[in-house]
Amino acid sequence: MIHERIPTMSGELIFRAQNLGVTYQSSRGPTPALEQFNTEMAKGEFVSILGPSGCGKSTLLKVAAGLLAPSSGIVELSGEPITGPRRDVGIVFQQPTLLKWQTVLDNVLLPIRTLGMDIEKGRARARDLLRLVELENFERHYPHELSGGMQQRVGIARGLVHDPSLLLMDEPFAALDAMTRENMMIELQRIWMETRKSVIFITHSIPEAVFLSSRVLVLSPRPAKILKDVTIDLPLPRTQETLGSTRFSELCSELRAMFTHGKK
Amino acid sequence: MNEHLKSIFYPLLLLAGLIVLWMFAVRNWGVPNYILPSFESVLGALHRGYIQGDYWPDFGYTLSSMLIGYVSGCLLAFILGTMFAEFRWLERLLYPFVLALQSMPKVALAPLILVWFGFGLGSKAVMVALVCFFPMFINTAVGLKATDPSLIDLMKAFSASRLQILLRIKIPSAASHIFAGLQISIVLGLIGAVVAEFVSSSRGLGYLINNATTTLDTSTMFASLISLAVIGILGSQLIKFLQRKLVFWERDNNTQVAA
Repeated sequence: MIHERIPTMSGELIFRAQNLGVTYQSSRGPTPALEQFNTEMAKGEFVSILGPSGCGKSTLLKVAAGLLAPSSGIVELSGEPITGPRRDVGIVFQQPTLLKWQTVLDNVLLPIRTLGMDIEKGRARARDLLRLVELENFERHYPHELSGGMQQRVGIARGLVHDPSLLLMDEPFAALDAMTRENMMIELQRIWMETRKSVIFITHSIPEAVFLSSRVLVLSPRPAKILKDVTIDLPLPRTQETLGSTRFSELCSELRAMFTHGKK
Repeated sequence: MNEHLKSIFYPLLLLAGLIVLWMFAVRNWGVPNYILPSFESVLGALHRGYIQGDYWPDFGYTLSSMLIGYVSGCLLAFILGTMFAEFRWLERLLYPFVLALQSMPKVALAPLILVWFGFGLGSKAVMVALVCFFPMFINTAVGLKATDPSLIDLMKAFSASRLQILLRIKIPSAASHIFAGLQISIVLGLIGAVVAEFVSSSRGLGYLINNATTTLDTSTMFASLISLAVIGILGSQLIKFLQRKLVFWERDNNTQVAA
């Protein structure tokens, strides 16, 4: 078993938010979703954003993806301000969000096509990724022929196909049943260890965050602020046994306590 | 007998029953011919029409006005519906007019259209195009707007252009809606063609029906009605077939939108 060192803050910065604020304009007046949000993330880190529903987690993700412009503050990717969608970012949604009229392989190739990248190289890479998510025998299938977990794995392969430096995941396992979720967690960890991508992972599941992350940021209810920044020191790779370990439960209860206190 | 055969066999059985009842009614209850023609005389009219060939020019006339009007009306509706869904300002500008025109019974425009476009095939095609337009237009616009917003976000995150989003995401997403529009338009288009022929024509299946009233020739009317039904059934089956082939990923849950 390989015990890899968790990347530390001393490494190269991939993502940085400084005094980041996002305010939505609605008919009831301005609603702040994020306020005074500060964080830094090193290359290769797996950072989970953990928070109650509707706290602004998805807003943060949209800002990082360049789909939403911040109202105030600075947000940077590899040292450059994010001004719009960027080709070095991959994204995985809560739902698989696949094109029902295209095969698995074509779905994975979607970013390559829209970004106008080399299709032949892309195809080779897509096949590698399908092997990585263990769907190599399904490239000619259509999404409706796959289970929910398989569809989500196609979504993950698609998020990685253009070799982004940052992968954004918005509660990617929320729509799956408990059994599939656990398998997907282990699977995603394996993929992360093999690809060494920087990942921002949005979730409201504490065990998911603890199991997968090198760091967990706990957010407050709207407008979201970072309540706590917890480094997860569980050894890698984490397995089925990790889920039963004392350290794992300790970390989970520590994080859970943050929420119960927050509610009082 | 399997389920598929049953769904063919049962209706055929009912049809046979109805024909027997029909023959019986005409023969034994003395229903006069100008109210209800005998089954044999309708067969005779169909024989005269399609074997000897008397009806073919009329059949062809109605079919061509139907085809020309349907294709041009639906195509125009698709293009305008797409623009309507894509450009907010266009929607704001046109919406009240669309609503007003939509609630107007289009067949009431038939006399006006004949005045404007003459009494030939052209005016019939225009009439068909007009009635085909709205279901297709509305379904296209609604379908495009109903695209899953996260699919659009996904494409935006991959820096896709607006045209790419339209062609690769929105139009395929709206395919079921668009086909529902095509389906409704077939039936409505046929109504348009017949109404235009009623108002003024010297050819066509609608003309045959209208003309037969002067001589109370009910067997010709029945034969023409059957011909129209055949056009309608073949048309909508063709659209259903194309939908199954092209929108293969939604085979089981076809969206049906009411007219």
